[in-house]
Formats: sequence, C-alpha cells, structure tokens
Amino acid sequence: MTDFKQFLTRRRGGKRLDTTDILTYIYLITGVVVMFGPVLWLLMSSFKPPEAMYEFPPTFFPYQQETAIVEGYDDPLPLYDAILEDGTEAQLAQVARVGLVARMIDPQNPEAGLINVPIDQREPVRSIAFNLQNYTGAINRFPFMTYLRNTVVVTVAATLLTLLVNSMAAFGLSKYKFKGRDFLFLVMISTLMVPVSVILIPAFLVIARVGWSNDLLGLIVPGAATPTGVFLLRQYMLTIPDELLDSARIDGASEWRIYWQIILPLAGPAMAVLAIFSVMWRWNDFLWPLIVVTRSELFTLQVGLNAFQGELNVQWHYILAMTVLTLLPITIIFALLQKYITTGIATTGMK
Amino acid sequence: METLPPIVPKKKPRKFSTSPILTAIFSFLMNLMEFPASLTQRVIGVKRMGYFFLMPNLLIFGIFILFPMLLNFYFGFTTGDSILLQNREWVGTANLERIFDCETFLDHNTCAEDLFWRGMGNTARFVIWQVGMMVLISLITALALNRDIAGRAFFRSIFFYPVLLSPVVVALIWKWILQHQHGLLNALLVGIGMEKIPFLLDAQWAQFWVIFVSVWAQMGFYTLILLAGLQAIPADLYEAAAIDGADAIQGFFKITLPLLMPTMVVVLVLSLIRAVQIFDQVFVLTNGGPGTATLYIVQYIYRTGFEHRRYGMAAAASLVLAVVLMVLTIGQLAINREKEAA
Repeated sequence: MTDFKQFLTRRRGGKRLDTTDILTYIYLITGVVVMFGPVLWLLMSSFKPPEAMYEFPPTFFPYQQETAIVEGYDDPLPLYDAILEDGTEAQLAQVARVGLVARMIDPQNPEAGLINVPIDQREPVRSIAFNLQNYTGAINRFPFMTYLRNTVVVTVAATLLTLLVNSMAAFGLSKYKFKGRDFLFLVMISTLMVPVSVILIPAFLVIARVGWSNDLLGLIVPGAATPTGVFLLRQYMLTIPDELLDSARIDGASEWRIYWQIILPLAGPAMAVLAIFSVMWRWNDFLWPLIVVTRSELFTLQVGLNAFQGELNVQWHYILAMTVLTLLPITIIFALLQKYITTGIATTGMK
Repeated sequence: METLPPIVPKKKPRKFSTSPILTAIFSFLMNLMEFPASLTQRVIGVKRMGYFFLMPNLLIFGIFILFPMLLNFYFGFTTGDSILLQNREWVGTANLERIFDCETFLDHNTCAEDLFWRGMGNTARFVIWQVGMMVLISLITALALNRDIAGRAFFRSIFFYPVLLSPVVVALIWKWILQHQHGLLNALLVGIGMEKIPFLLDAQWAQFWVIFVSVWAQMGFYTLILLAGLQAIPADLYEAAAIDGADAIQGFFKITLPLLMPTMVVVLVLSLIRAVQIFDQVFVLTNGGPGTATLYIVQYIYRTGFEHRRYGMAAAASLVLAVVLMVLTIGQLAINREKEAA
C-alpha cells in the first residue's frame, strides 16, 4: 500500500509531492481566492455600468450591451438576439418598447421596416467592456481632485517632516550622552501603548487651541513625532560607529554637518523603511482627519470616501470607482517596494 | 509596542539614486540650517547638542501627544458640552461613578451608562474571537508559507496585500460583497440553492463579519512576523530530531512551537491591543449596527464625545479603556518575565 502511494506521488529529482504538500497548496490557493478575490471583485465591479451593478445574479466580468447605428436614427440603438415568429433567430436593434412588445429593426436592412417582437423573445447582445464612465463620473461629480490634492499634500509634507524630526531625535538619542536622555526615550516608547482613540477629546482641544482645526497643518504636524519612527531610526543609528563622528569632528565639521552629511546618508535604508511606512500611515489615516477636519474642501480621500458611502442614496458605481482610485497608489508602492515593506515589518514588528 | 530585534544591516545597502536637483535642494536647505545650528553649538557646547537635535520632535510630541494625555485626566473629572477648559465644571469622580453605577455588571441594561457596558461587552466578545482566530489562522498560514514550495513569494505578497489597504477601503470592499439584494456572497448562496441572508442587518451575522473582515485585513501582518520567527529556528534541530527518530508531528510540538513561543506572545499582545481599539473599519461597515450589536468601546467614546458632546463622560470612558490597556500590557510583561526566569 505504501509502495503504491509512493509510486503515485513520485516526481522527478527524487522529491516527492506528499499529502502535506498537496494540503498546503489547497490551503494557499483557497487563501489567494479569499484574500485577493474581494479586491478583484471590486475592480471588476467598478467597470460595470450602473444598471449592471444591480443585476442579480451578478457577472464576474463587466459586460456592456452592444449598440448599432441605424440609418434614420440619431442615437445608437441597443442590439438584441431576437427569435422571430417563424422561429428563426436574428440580431435586431430595438427602436422602442411598447408594453410587452419591442419594436425592432434590422440594422443590415433598415428598409424592411419595424418588426414587433415580444420582450421575452429577445436577449441583449453583450460583450466584455472595461468602461471608464464610473471613473470619469466620480471625478466630475465629487470633488475627487480636491480630496486627492489634500491627501497628497498631507502625505508628502507629513512624511518629510516625520523623516526630519525623527532622524534628528534618533541622532540625538543614539550619539549623545546627556542628562535625562534615557528617561525621555522611555517616556516616548511608553506612549506607543496609548492609542489616538484614547486621547481624542483633549487632542482635539489642543488642535482647536493652536488654531489648526480645519487646517491641513492639523493633519500634518501632530503625527510627525512618531515614537515608532524614532525607535526604528535610533536602533539603526546605534550600529553606526562613533569613530566616524570623531574623525569628522577632528576635520572641523559642525554637529549639524555630521548629522546631514554623515549620519543621514548612512541611515538610508532605515529612512527608506520609515518613509514607506509614513506614506502608508498618512494615506490610510481615517480617525484623526475625521475629527480635525469638518469642512468638505479639506477632506482627505478616506474621509471623503466615508462621507459619500454614508449618504442616504448610495451611488455604488461612483463609490467603487473612487475606492479603486484610493487604493491604487498604495498598491503601486507595494508592487514596487515589496521587499522593503515585508522585510521592514518582519525585522521591526511595527506597522 | 513590543518589537522584534532591530534591523541589522547584513550587506552593504544599495546606494540610493536621487536626482541631482533634489540633492541640490536638500543640500541648500540643510546649509541654511547650518548657521543657527552652529550658533547653538557655540553657545551650549558639543555635549549638549543632543538636546538641540531632540527639540523639534520633543516639542511636537509634548504638545500633541503627552499634554493631551495628561489633559484627558482633567477632562474625565469635569462636565459640560463646551470643550473650552474655562467653561468646564469640575464634578470630581461623578463621571466615573456614573460609569460604574450598575445594579449588576452582568446585564448592561441595569447600568446608568448602559451603552458603555454594551460597548465593553461587545468588545470583550470581539477580542476573544478575533484574537483567537487571528493567531490560529496566522500560524497556519505562516507554517504553510514556511514550507519549501513553489511560488512562496507570490503567496506571501497576496496574503500580505490587504494589510496595506485603509480601513475605509476594506470596509467598502466587504460592504459591497455583503450587500443583501445584489451582493456577490448572496449570489453565491442563491447559486447553491439557498436563501439570501441580510448579512449586515442581522445582529449575529454582523458580529461575525466584523470579526472576519478584521482578521482578513490584518492577518498578513502577523503571518509575516510569525514567518520571521519560524525562519529563525535553525534547521539542524529538525535534522537532529529526525536522526533520533522523531516524526513531523513530534517535531512541531517539541521544536517549532516552543521556539516560536516568544514570537507568538508578540503576536498575541499586538493583536490583543489592536483588537481592543477596533473602530474605523466597523464605523464604515456597520456603524455599530444593527442597533448596538457591533458598538465597540472606541466607537462609544467617539459617539459620546463628538456626536453627543458629552466630553467629560467620553474622557472618563477613555481613562477606563487606558487602564484596561495598561493591565493587558503589564500582564504581558509579567508573563514574559516569568518565562525568562523559568
């Protein structure tokens, strides 16, 4: 019996595809369907015309009804496969529908005149079409571009600020000995445990007092002093030998010059990881902008998306298109910088 | 936050190619700062330049994180619907007393602040299920990805991808799939001859899907951490065990699991703390509904503070939440220390 099994699972190269391998593949492939299927479904749905979205059962690919231009009619007419009275099938264009009867015309032979076909005797002619009308519609109907601009401004400015203040702090913490250094570091790290959600109200008060409620600055500055970033960069800078700094000092470099001409370039990989994370955090941030910004011209994509999905009459075809546009930049970044992101998380355990 | 060992540069990193224009702008800006920085250095001396470099970060951190944290204590002991400090009335422990004013803690309906306890109860149930599922599924996935199979990198990225999506996007994707009338899932149900289910309008289904969606969105992150832990286990341990006649199952329980334990604790704690704070996804997916079936504690704080303008009560509730989080963290530290001592 065992010999038989071994024979069945024999492979070239002496390796065997055993039961565990098969189970692993079944698990992983099911996983791919569950993990990526929903995103693919969103993408496919976003190309469907509004009427096809509410079709039941839905189709996987976006279909569109084909049309034909018939002489004597200004608009293109929808095409149908119709079964005629004598039982023959023909591809006809529908001119109008009167009750249960469709008035149809043969696009090849318009002179033949109108043909009456019962509506249950015709099927629309459809083909797969990736239609961009939801995207153009969403961009025109909603202030999508404003949201996009706000999000880009916040993401870029906040990431630059985060990189600057965090690298400065990490440099100070890793390369200088001064009173209270370890205590300050400890306080910073311990606040990692406290989520924004717990300090929502007083943080909002501070923002309002500083005059940054309804100001993009209120979205950019407060999150810049991330303890995670300081921690990550500090750990990295500790590995840079102090002798490098000393020899620069002997050459007459100021501390500031040491920071930006020696330490920053050497900390490049860690800075890159932090930059990627910062972009991800800011692009996806929701709770904080939701509280700080109430005027719609200052909404970020996430807040804007939430506002539209909450409307009474949900226009799914626009929402889905906007959702795709919102996740697109992050997806592109992931595709390009995958290695940095995954190793960054695996080695620092942060997100 | 618990962290794994820091990055150690293994090989010389590739040099980052940047455009000369950006480099020029960067150098110009940095040179601008040279004068004030050197002046400071001359005044306070090289040794104290640490303070100078720490200053900007500390300023932002102090004003927007540390100060609000301290202010939260004061807020928790005041009342009124104005956020301005001078208009707030000191009420001592009245808010906290109201929170704990219950006939019996087993039934939230007997409490003065019933929604708080409803939120706490929902959160507790959510945390137990979500963290359990999260650890289990992440572990299975990490074990599967740790095997020597074709397409590992591909599978790893697919499982990780949802981690990058924003909570709003995640919630919208699933809201679309779970639609009652024309959702994909109901279409599949009808396809196999079953009735449509109003997934997000039924209390128990909604609770299930909130758990499912949050596991879906975050499991890739924990899988990655567990995978790193698995890969740190030396392969010769398994070889030695095989020579001694151990099979795969013994290898798993005697080698893999014990050596993976520290990483498992990290995953457990991180997912626990994040599960207690569940908010944004649910806010978009169900908004706490149907009724209060998926009202979790952070959403209670958000509603009480920003929708009902009961800032004092919201701050008091967040104090209680902070205590819960602190207990969880200290508990984890204690377990860790016991482990190290053993």
